[in-house]
Amino acid sequence: MEARSVPSAANLPLRERLRELPALRWARFHPESAAAGVIGLLVLILIIAHGVHEVAQTGLNGLSLGSVYALGAVGLTLVYGILKLVNFAHGEFLTFGAYMAFLVTVTWGAPLVLGIVFAIAATAVLGIAFERIMWGQMRARNAGLLQLLLMAIGLAFLIQNTIQFIWGTEIRRLDVNVTDTVEFLGLRIGRTDLIVIVVGFATLLSIGLMLKYTLLGKRMRALSDNFDLAETAGIDTSRIVLYTWVFAGGLAGLAGVLAGAVTSVKPQMGFELLLPIFAAVILGGIGDAFGALAGGIVLGLVIEWSTLVIEPRWKIMVGFAVLILVLFVRPQGIFGKAKAI
Amino acid sequence: MTLPLGVTFESFTDFGFWTSVGILAGTYTLFTLGLQLNVGFTGIVNFGQAGFMAIGAYTMGILVVKYDWSFWLALPAAVLVAIAFGLLIGLPSLRLRADYFAIATIAAAEIVRITAQNARELTGGNQGLFGFEGEWDNVSDSIESGLQSLGWSDPETLFPLFLVVWATALIATALLHFGTSSPWGRVLRAVREDEDAARALGKNTLVYKLQSLAISATLGALAGFFLALNLNYLNPEEFEPLFTFIGYAVLVLGGLANYWGVAFGAVIMWTILEGTRFVDLPISAEREAAVRFMIVGLVLILLMAFRPQGVFGKKEEMVLGD
Repeated sequence: MEARSVPSAANLPLRERLRELPALRWARFHPESAAAGVIGLLVLILIIAHGVHEVAQTGLNGLSLGSVYALGAVGLTLVYGILKLVNFAHGEFLTFGAYMAFLVTVTWGAPLVLGIVFAIAATAVLGIAFERIMWGQMRARNAGLLQLLLMAIGLAFLIQNTIQFIWGTEIRRLDVNVTDTVEFLGLRIGRTDLIVIVVGFATLLSIGLMLKYTLLGKRMRALSDNFDLAETAGIDTSRIVLYTWVFAGGLAGLAGVLAGAVTSVKPQMGFELLLPIFAAVILGGIGDAFGALAGGIVLGLVIEWSTLVIEPRWKIMVGFAVLILVLFVRPQGIFGKAKAI
Repeated sequence: MTLPLGVTFESFTDFGFWTSVGILAGTYTLFTLGLQLNVGFTGIVNFGQAGFMAIGAYTMGILVVKYDWSFWLALPAAVLVAIAFGLLIGLPSLRLRADYFAIATIAAAEIVRITAQNARELTGGNQGLFGFEGEWDNVSDSIESGLQSLGWSDPETLFPLFLVVWATALIATALLHFGTSSPWGRVLRAVREDEDAARALGKNTLVYKLQSLAISATLGALAGFFLALNLNYLNPEEFEPLFTFIGYAVLVLGGLANYWGVAFGAVIMWTILEGTRFVDLPISAEREAAVRFMIVGLVLILLMAFRPQGVFGKKEEMVLGD
């Protein structure tokens, strides 16, 4: 045990006693099963109270919301893991992507597919640009945590307000069909939501496979585990860092377009999505890409299911509540290992 | 006098303009003094200051408007609620690494703001909460007549608030200055520099960090009172995370680990933010707002890149490592 994790005497006894309860001991060693068990139990209660149909219906909405969170969370967690940067400007990458798609599909009248591709590419370029201009230099100077945090926040202000300067605060819509619905198994889902789920999950699956099996993915995870060791082992770290920004930017751009397609496009959209995305990242264990994928989907589901119990205007609070709860109960996340936290 | 770009300088010589800038600057001096204590002296990155401001302002407002409390009784009660909230958040999350603590506090502040937005019966939601300033107005009027008896024929209506906010800010600055020069302050700095070492010397560092956060919550609540009296209503929009970050811009402008720099940073920041309202650029109001916050963002980025300790800060007192 590291010195840092030695608890101070204040409220230790009760905490220790609670930790040693058999059920909690089991949960501590099997966090995935415990989390799945708790969620399963809640779903069961919801099914008994509201019926399978409603739970499945809200679950579909949850999948669409969850894929946006997951796409945002993978990039945020990779950047954190590899560069040790808590990128508060990540939400603005989503906003930027959404406005790029707006530019291509509405202003230029091109089809949505083109808009998506352009948004991904442009946001990836934006990620690389800031790495070159700011982050690389700051790393070379050994900048501290506070410096990086405040720079990221400054950058978030700059991007969001540049967007507001160009496009105004007016709420925009992407040129997508939001009225058509598809019906299957008695469930009704918007055509756009369905596309979001399909595109989101296909991307998440390929990113997961890429991280697990390709050399690039393994190198990224190696950097995330231990940057210096990876460099010593002969990995060209500066190249991997660039790829990290390409993925973080591209995925955030895609997430922004998808979020914009199901709701709307406005300058604050990214910052509003940032905290739930942080929640997904922390839920999955900060720095853990697979954890972030799972965390995003789980969070999306939980938020939408919560609307069966509480008024929808409160649902955003569920994201924050999950964030705080995870930080208090298991700060290393469900999949994370207890390092120095 | 009108210049080519439509810049009018009349507002800058107007006493009313400087009174309102002064009130905002004084309010944000109090607000940022809390951040200075947390970040500059204790090394804990509190991103939830707007939440403490909201708790202070709304508790006061709700107690006065909905429960008919006396304004003067509601103030200390609101401070206590803000402190309790700080301890509630701090107790579990101050054990975590600095970046987790930052995220936990911003989430807590957002919970407060969204509750203020949604619990309409209590807070008035986006319509706002009105009618808590009556007892303050009496005091304000007597200060005003006091000024008149000193020979000032027509003082600004808000000038008494200006006087009180700066008196409070100066007292708070002096108290913090003496507090952190004391043995207690030396322990805070030890926690900032090396928490493990402080703990090895037998200091319960969590308790010191909680004290730091509780004082910061108090200052946030005080800022909330002055914000409320300045606006005469409360609206959740006034407590967005944006304002915490304006506080950070003020903090790094003035410099870390320097209490007197906070007032300097606050005056500069609010002169920029309010002054640019009177620069008539040929663009729409929302674009002008965007330009203002682009400036805030750039100030943060450039300061952090080239002078992270701020204008009057001490580099040797800035925690540059993790």
